[in-house]
Amino acid sequence: MYMRNVMMMGLITVLSVGILWSSEAADQQDRMYGYGLGRPATDLDLQHWNIDVAPTGEGLPPGRGTARQGAAIYATKCASCHGPTGQEGPMDRLVGGAGTLGSQKPVKTIGSYWPYATTLYDYVYRAMPFPAPQSLSSDEVYSVVAWLLYQNGIIAEDTILDVHSLPAIRMPNHNGFVPDPRPDVPKN
Amino acid sequence: MKNSLQKEKRDEPRDEADTEKTALLDRRSLLAGTAGIVSAIVMRSVTRSAEAAMLVAPDDPTRVPGAAPTAYGQRSTYEQSVRVPRSWWGSLTPLQDSHGILTPSALHFERHHNGVPVIDPEHHRLMIHGLVAQPWAFTMDDLKRFPATSRLAFIECSGNSAIEWKAPTGQSVQQTHGLTSTSEWTGVALKTVLQEVGVKPDASWILAEGSDAAAMTRSLPLALLIEEALLCYAQNGEPLRPEQGYPLRLLLPGWEGNTCIKWLRRLKFGTAPFMTREETSQYTDLMSDGTARQFTMLMEAKSVITSPSGGQRVQPGFIDIRGLAWSGRGRIAQVEVSTDGGRSWQQAVLQDPILPKCHTRFCLPWRWNGADVILQSRCLDETGYVQPTRAALVAVRGVNSVYHYNAIQSWKIAADGQVSNVHA
Ligand code: HEC
Repeated sequence: MYMRNVMMMGLITVLSVGILWSSEAADQQDRMYGYGLGRPATDLDLQHWNIDVAPTGEGLPPGRGTARQGAAIYATKCASCHGPTGQEGPMDRLVGGAGTLGSQKPVKTIGSYWPYATTLYDYVYRAMPFPAPQSLSSDEVYSVVAWLLYQNGIIAEDTILDVHSLPAIRMPNHNGFVPDPRPDVPKN
Repeated sequence: MKNSLQKEKRDEPRDEADTEKTALLDRRSLLAGTAGIVSAIVMRSVTRSAEAAMLVAPDDPTRVPGAAPTAYGQRSTYEQSVRVPRSWWGSLTPLQDSHGILTPSALHFERHHNGVPVIDPEHHRLMIHGLVAQPWAFTMDDLKRFPATSRLAFIECSGNSAIEWKAPTGQSVQQTHGLTSTSEWTGVALKTVLQEVGVKPDASWILAEGSDAAAMTRSLPLALLIEEALLCYAQNGEPLRPEQGYPLRLLLPGWEGNTCIKWLRRLKFGTAPFMTREETSQYTDLMSDGTARQFTMLMEAKSVITSPSGGQRVQPGFIDIRGLAWSGRGRIAQVEVSTDGGRSWQQAVLQDPILPKCHTRFCLPWRWNGADVILQSRCLDETGYVQPTRAALVAVRGVNSVYHYNAIQSWKIAADGQVSNVHA
């Protein structure tokens, strides 16, 4: 259902973005070509910025790690804010909550809520540890991601995470998301 | 917390005035040598006491010369309305003190995911890459040289009023609704810049990324945003405030605030959403069956009475009921006010200007007879969407979706004139 929605958006886009791409005669008159502003960006320019990781695994850097290796990194760099086992806080709870989403007290964590494991790599490198974002090496990120997935019962303690194995992980709540159906509330 | 903040605010004008004066004095001392420095010190203390005196109004301002011109204006020292900080992540606009539809830049609500970065505009770049003809980089100067465009628009955090899902929680309208503000935004249309770069036909999603310590990211569907998206460098006639994304932010009128990426440094074109944390773990709306809605970008119509509102105290007699209404779908068509908890409704007056995707001011002249009452407002937008009652909203969404709470707000006026937040 979700993918259908995305594909439809894709179709609409092809139609409207045609305007941006196919520089045909029709709009030539009211279009002023080439303001001559900006310059081509090089791979070097993008090197430190192109850090996103897609669900396909695109963007994952080389490197590897296991939960066993991640335990020490988590204990020194993450536990103070997220708790020794990832459940105690004081900041966002990262572990547990399986089966609670439809209950009165849902507990949203990596294990119970996140649809993609790749998002975890992306976010931990991009934004954590909170006081020093983008400070972890790729081996460290793979390791701490492995530890968080292991704590959530998603992989084994010695599973090696790398550019191939991480995108292959299927998260428990992978199918939990639906597109926006609004307006959805009947008029009073 | 509040006291120290107010103190800070009071000190601000003095500090800036000092910097200005120090610069003048430095020039003076260069000219006059040591004598200059001595007289500078004397002058400094004189102006300081003069300034302190200015804090208190003279008995008759027509008999005392007024203050000298200043480099960057400040409001009257008698005005104390401030944003209220919320933990580390933001601050709330004091809607109860607002007039008209514009939010002063200094009072525009804040929401950030790891602080407000300091960015040197000389070094800032916007990089556009992925499915484009060629990766491209723009300086701020480049972006300002494109044909400019301006519009007014509200920005509302999708978590605005999130504390109201389960029980009446916010004590004031600042706490219940303070994550929305309206500004004039100026910049270049994204479309204009994309024509310069050339987007490949199969591109359908954009990843927008900020240059803050969260490197805040959202995936955005190109087809739905392309007509209105703005790359903004100015707000209310001057460069963006740091809290609002200085030097560059995205504006997607009518969409949830977090999609309007601040401190914008990168747009990457792809064929599918990138599934960042901010569109999976966060900013998704959990329903009571355990499924969650994703990419709920649009802010639906909402209104609230800003006075009388929670925490205020009113007197019997004439009261001009005032409030704000807005819709991410377009213009506000009508606002109705109830003074009996929603049993009967009267049409409020909409004040000009009534602009699409903007706060719209409404009012209703009323006479309070001193009995217990419940005030409500509900709006209708130009698409026919009607702001729902709390019961209707909760019946469909449950109480765990966090985001997009736009139900009718109820304020109770007790017999003693005290106004409080209730769920009615
Ligand atoms: C100084 C405190 C602090 C430290 C240390 C810290 N974090 Fe965080 N973490 C936070 C805060 C605060 C948030 C919420 C950020 C937000 O909501 O924007 C967060 C959010 C997260 C999230 C997202 C949670 C969710 O459900 O959306 C993950 C995952 C995470 N941190 C992992 C880590 C890892 C791994 C480390 C160690 C490498 C770490 N954190 C270290 C404070 C910290």
